[in-house]
Amino acid sequence: MYPPRFDYVAPTSLEEALDALAEHGDEGKIIAGGQSLIPMLKLRFASPETLIDINRLPGMDGVSEEGGTLRFGALCRHNQLGAHPLMTSKYHVVAEAGTLIADPLVRNMGSLGGSLCHADPQADWGSVMIALKATIVCQKKGATREFGAAEFMEGIFTTKLADDEIVTEIRCDAANGGFGSSYLKMERKVGDFATCGTAIALTLKDGTIASAGVGLTAMGAKNLHAEDAEKVLVGQAPSAELFAEAAEAAVAIADVREDSRGTPEYKKNVLRTFMKRGLAKAALRAQA
Amino acid sequence: MEVTITVNGRTHTKSVEPRMLLVHFLREELGLTGTHIGCDSSHCGACTVLVDGTPLKSCTYLAVMANGRSVETVEGLKQGGKLHVIQEEFKEQHGLQCGYCTPGMMLVGKALLEENPNPTDDEVRFAISGNICRCTGYMNIVKSIQAAGKRMQAESADAAE
Amino acid sequence: MEPSEQKAVRGVGHSVRRVEDDRFIVGRGNYLDDVKLPRMLHMAIVRSPLAHATIESIDISEAMALEGVVAVVTGKDLEAHKLAWMPTLSGDTQAVLATDKVRFQGQEVAAVIAESPYVAADAAELVEIEYEPLDIFVDPYKALENTETIIRSDKEGQADNVAYEWEAGDKAKTDQLFAEADHVVKLHTHYPRSHPAPLETCGCVADVNGATGKATIYLTSQAPHAHRTLFALVAGLPEQNIRVISPDVGGGFGNKVPIYPGYVVATAASLLLDAPVKWVESRSENLMSTGFARDYHMDGELALTSDGTITAMRCHITSDHGAFFADAQPTKFRAGLVHICTGSYDMQAAHITAKGAYTNKAPGGVAYRCSFRVTEASYIIERLVQNAAYELGMSPVEIRRKNFIKKEQFPYTSCTGFIYDSGDYDASLDKALEMLGYDEIMAERDAARAEGRLMGVGIATFTEVVGAGNSKEYDIAGLKMFDSAELRVHPTGKAILKLGVQTQGQGHETTFAQIVANELGIPPEDIAVGHGDTDNTPYGLGTYASRSTPTGGAATAVIARKLRDKAKKIAAHLLEASEGDLEWDSNKFVVKGTDKSVSIQDCAFAAYTNPPDGEEPGLEGVHYYDPPNMTYPFGAYAVVVEVDPETGEWEVKRMVAVDDCGVRINPMVVDGQIHGGLTEGYAMASMQYIHYDDDGNCVGGNFIDYLIPTAVETPKFELGETVTPSPHHPIGAKGVGESATVGSPAAYVNAVLDALQPLGVKNLEMPVTSGRVWEAIQAAKAAAE
Ligand SMILES: Cc1cc2nc3c(=O)[nH]c(=O)nc-3n(C[C@H](O)[C@H](O)[C@H](O)COP(=O)(O)OP(=O)(O)OC[C@H]3O[C@@H](n4cnc5c(N)ncnc54)[C@H](O)[C@@H]3O)c2cc1C
Ligand code: FES
Ligand code: FES
Repeated sequence: MYPPRFDYVAPTSLEEALDALAEHGDEGKIIAGGQSLIPMLKLRFASPETLIDINRLPGMDGVSEEGGTLRFGALCRHNQLGAHPLMTSKYHVVAEAGTLIADPLVRNMGSLGGSLCHADPQADWGSVMIALKATIVCQKKGATREFGAAEFMEGIFTTKLADDEIVTEIRCDAANGGFGSSYLKMERKVGDFATCGTAIALTLKDGTIASAGVGLTAMGAKNLHAEDAEKVLVGQAPSAELFAEAAEAAVAIADVREDSRGTPEYKKNVLRTFMKRGLAKAALRAQA
Repeated sequence: MEVTITVNGRTHTKSVEPRMLLVHFLREELGLTGTHIGCDSSHCGACTVLVDGTPLKSCTYLAVMANGRSVETVEGLKQGGKLHVIQEEFKEQHGLQCGYCTPGMMLVGKALLEENPNPTDDEVRFAISGNICRCTGYMNIVKSIQAAGKRMQAESADAAE
Repeated sequence: MEPSEQKAVRGVGHSVRRVEDDRFIVGRGNYLDDVKLPRMLHMAIVRSPLAHATIESIDISEAMALEGVVAVVTGKDLEAHKLAWMPTLSGDTQAVLATDKVRFQGQEVAAVIAESPYVAADAAELVEIEYEPLDIFVDPYKALENTETIIRSDKEGQADNVAYEWEAGDKAKTDQLFAEADHVVKLHTHYPRSHPAPLETCGCVADVNGATGKATIYLTSQAPHAHRTLFALVAGLPEQNIRVISPDVGGGFGNKVPIYPGYVVATAASLLLDAPVKWVESRSENLMSTGFARDYHMDGELALTSDGTITAMRCHITSDHGAFFADAQPTKFRAGLVHICTGSYDMQAAHITAKGAYTNKAPGGVAYRCSFRVTEASYIIERLVQNAAYELGMSPVEIRRKNFIKKEQFPYTSCTGFIYDSGDYDASLDKALEMLGYDEIMAERDAARAEGRLMGVGIATFTEVVGAGNSKEYDIAGLKMFDSAELRVHPTGKAILKLGVQTQGQGHETTFAQIVANELGIPPEDIAVGHGDTDNTPYGLGTYASRSTPTGGAATAVIARKLRDKAKKIAAHLLEASEGDLEWDSNKFVVKGTDKSVSIQDCAFAAYTNPPDGEEPGLEGVHYYDPPNMTYPFGAYAVVVEVDPETGEWEVKRMVAVDDCGVRINPMVVDGQIHGGLTEGYAMASMQYIHYDDDGNCVGGNFIDYLIPTAVETPKFELGETVTPSPHHPIGAKGVGESATVGSPAAYVNAVLDALQPLGVKNLEMPVTSGRVWEAIQAAKAAAE
């Protein structure tokens, strides 16, 4: 399998990259980790005129938690986040997704920003960022736009991103005490996209759930924001009954089809099960 | 487009089409055919190489992306006429059959051992889970990598004395 | 035999490290895609997106106009050279490039030859083909019923979609035993379509030299000699001018036995263009067009007496062959060796019928890590026996023991006509149960059940038939299934062994040298093993169906013995003793009762420098071995699983495999073969299959959908062995490459079914996906309410 012809530029600063985007418009395409784009090129599902390689942009792969904000550079690699001490100790939903996406080799290259921009409804980061109520920062020459994660992803492989924009950063509120999160993914084998994934973030205050974030993977035409499930949870004390009720609220928005991963009933059942398990796990962490 | 890529310590400057995959650069331009191709969807890892020390799939990486970088392939494992311990242990533990996945497996194994010299069975399995082997059932690949780790530790302990 | 002496020779029974590894571990293997010739061109194949459609027009003009494109070949071009169709290994025909219509998605329609593979791919996109869709048949039952749409309209007199009908066994007696049975157990199951998917795909470099007329064809081939002959027959090239070279093969598993259209087109293109042409399949081409396996729908029945004695078996098979009947299997046996389905059990009669269907799917029917449908056979009987145990309230162990062919019954003539050479099934099962700690495991299972956990133990005690085969019964496309070895001992006592079989990872360069070492006392490191080059090796049918050791290995042992006999004459001459006074001692001849001896190396030197009067000089020879019988490896596998009742996911907790493959030449290599086979068995049982949607689209045409387990999912295996030598094989070996793929799927599936048995789940189809398990649990629960 061989990609079609294209030109290639490798800017070394954000300004250069934004200039290149402005110049090439819809004929240009950013390449980050290339772990979605190159397979698409090989299958000839994509045929951009120019690839703009952002791997040489400095400082795009940083992670920081400062002044109440958690920031991820768009070029953070899946593995980097999966192994990051801050994630493995505090933001488990990130660490867990970071080690469940694809396989170790893909994770060494694939980036957070690339995954969000690719907007595969079976991809994992979108759900995580929905659960964290993250903001996605899009920049173009002379302008910056910001979107909530749920809003950013519009549908299968489509986002709010304009042709001349680049995602530079993803950020969310840093967690204070009482935060617990989890990511559960059913995959048939390593390297498989999700049959179902649940991203959950909870904050407990005085024994009740003060805030809840729930994102769902592979349950519809995009990563779903399970708002009703969140509503069920907020203001309540964690309990098995509550989690079951939230699970039903999540199942209610799932729109799934039969394929080799299973029937719709089966997929909804997995979602139900994972919601309950994922909530319990997150709540336990929040209480720890 | 002209690229300068260091492969196994030697620097090569070549003119390539931007669309050329790194695996083809290595195999066709440099004649380093130890890096293999086993699929077209980035699922098998037969094409694994190390770029600046990081294992990745050279079929899902453009040669131009490697410009100015350092690439290590299976051909670079043997140094100064001496096999790398991981090569010796793959043979000793029968970690290969048809040999097609082996270059990738050894490179991933090497990268793992640099971070974790004494991995458990499950840690090795996790690390090599981007690489498919159709012949061995992985049992002896895991053993090979673990045995190499033990020997490397023993050797560096010896050297330290 | 002194152990120290034997160690130096390191013959049979030693885990000699493999010599072939030396090149593989440094990246210096020479696989097909590594072959690079001057002026070499690259071919890409244009394939049908539709499963069944007439070809209305093909426009190659845009493709031809692209810079770097040398030629575009269509079926019409091949027709002019009578190459548009080729024979299959089953005596059917197969389109090389479609002329009239396409019959499956992915079928070869045109080929682009260009200066680089990138340009060939660019041009392939530019070939414009207009199709007119036809009715599509993906269900073999529906295809068989239908007489309106004839998939093989090219075949004269073909008025339906029946590829063949076949039967074996004794119908009358079987019917009678069923009529008299106290109990009948039935199972309808599908052994799904699968693909060997070796990590290296198929490919060739065809180099037809316009000046000399010599065609050198580098081919990923498991059977280079047979391929040379088929090339001669298909392409009409004189056979002395064809040289097939099979370089290092990156796994075969049956995929690399047939001849594929790509090889024929590349060869024709090379002939026409007078330049070498390379064609290497992509993975999706591999999975969608070359060499599928299985796809057997089976209706099995056992007749039993009330005490659990099996009296008879019935099995009907509806087999789905896709668009062309291209099974690679012995001519006489249309359904392969599936009549080994009586397995390890002594019964009075069996009747097996098979009906093959043409459908709009890829052709193939290769023996995927299996001796011609033995996998399917083993699966149905091992599933049926477990069901019988449940239905009669016996333990799966007890029912097996009761019905096993007993040790003293060998050689045993089965009711379908096989003569099992040797076996000790009880010993093998005992060993597996002991390794497992069966009683404790069963107690653990019952305790788990009491807690509402779903734990299960599954057993399979299989018997294989491998090593085809004696020339009276076995041939492929007319070629008898003997095999050969040529051994040349050089003056310095080093040797070259040349084989008709071909390694794809089994380690022949090491293990066959060990056979010579065993018989002739030359250490393996002093023996170079050659294979895979038809100009330089004796004729043989190749490596598949676990036949290398039974046939090629036997030929090697026999020729080594013949040379030893000759060396003995030389030794007598050198020692001035009579032959009768000499004794062979691992690597030397000793004059009985003295310490006078000459080594085999001394004899070799003398063969060239000082041969006895009247004796032909040299120490070389060839042997063609026609096996008297097949060999019958067997084993007992036990699997412990736990099922997650909420998600249907199941995990293998233990996997114990006891194999008896007769004498083990290189135990390390044998264990490696078993590990690989157990993994592929697990893959079949759990995730790996190809299916087609109603429109004939292949689902499983890449590694996104065709799931191959990684190290994370693959169970950790515990191996054990028993050794029951084959009485007719020169060194008692039986062949082992496939036992584990054959025997293990039923063990895994039986284990999951055992876990679900308390719920009343009776059947699960492979692959046993978590979704299927969950659905089965729901259905059983609903039925119980
Ligand atoms: C074998 C395999 C298995 C996989 N399994 C999973 C899985 O289980 N779960 C999962 O989530 N993903 C999976 N992926 C996809 C993988 O995670 C990709 O890495 C990811 O989707 C894309 O990230 P990337 O950095 O590689 O982006 P690229 O492939 O480089 O780009 C993807 C798209 O995003 C655009 N883009 C990239 N970065 C930016 C940016 N900063 N600003 C604007 N646009 C940008 C590109 O133009 C392109 O359209 C798998 C991939 C492979 C090959
Ligand atoms: S060739 Fe399969 S992952 Fe690169
Ligand atoms: S040794 Fe053959 S694929 Fe791993």
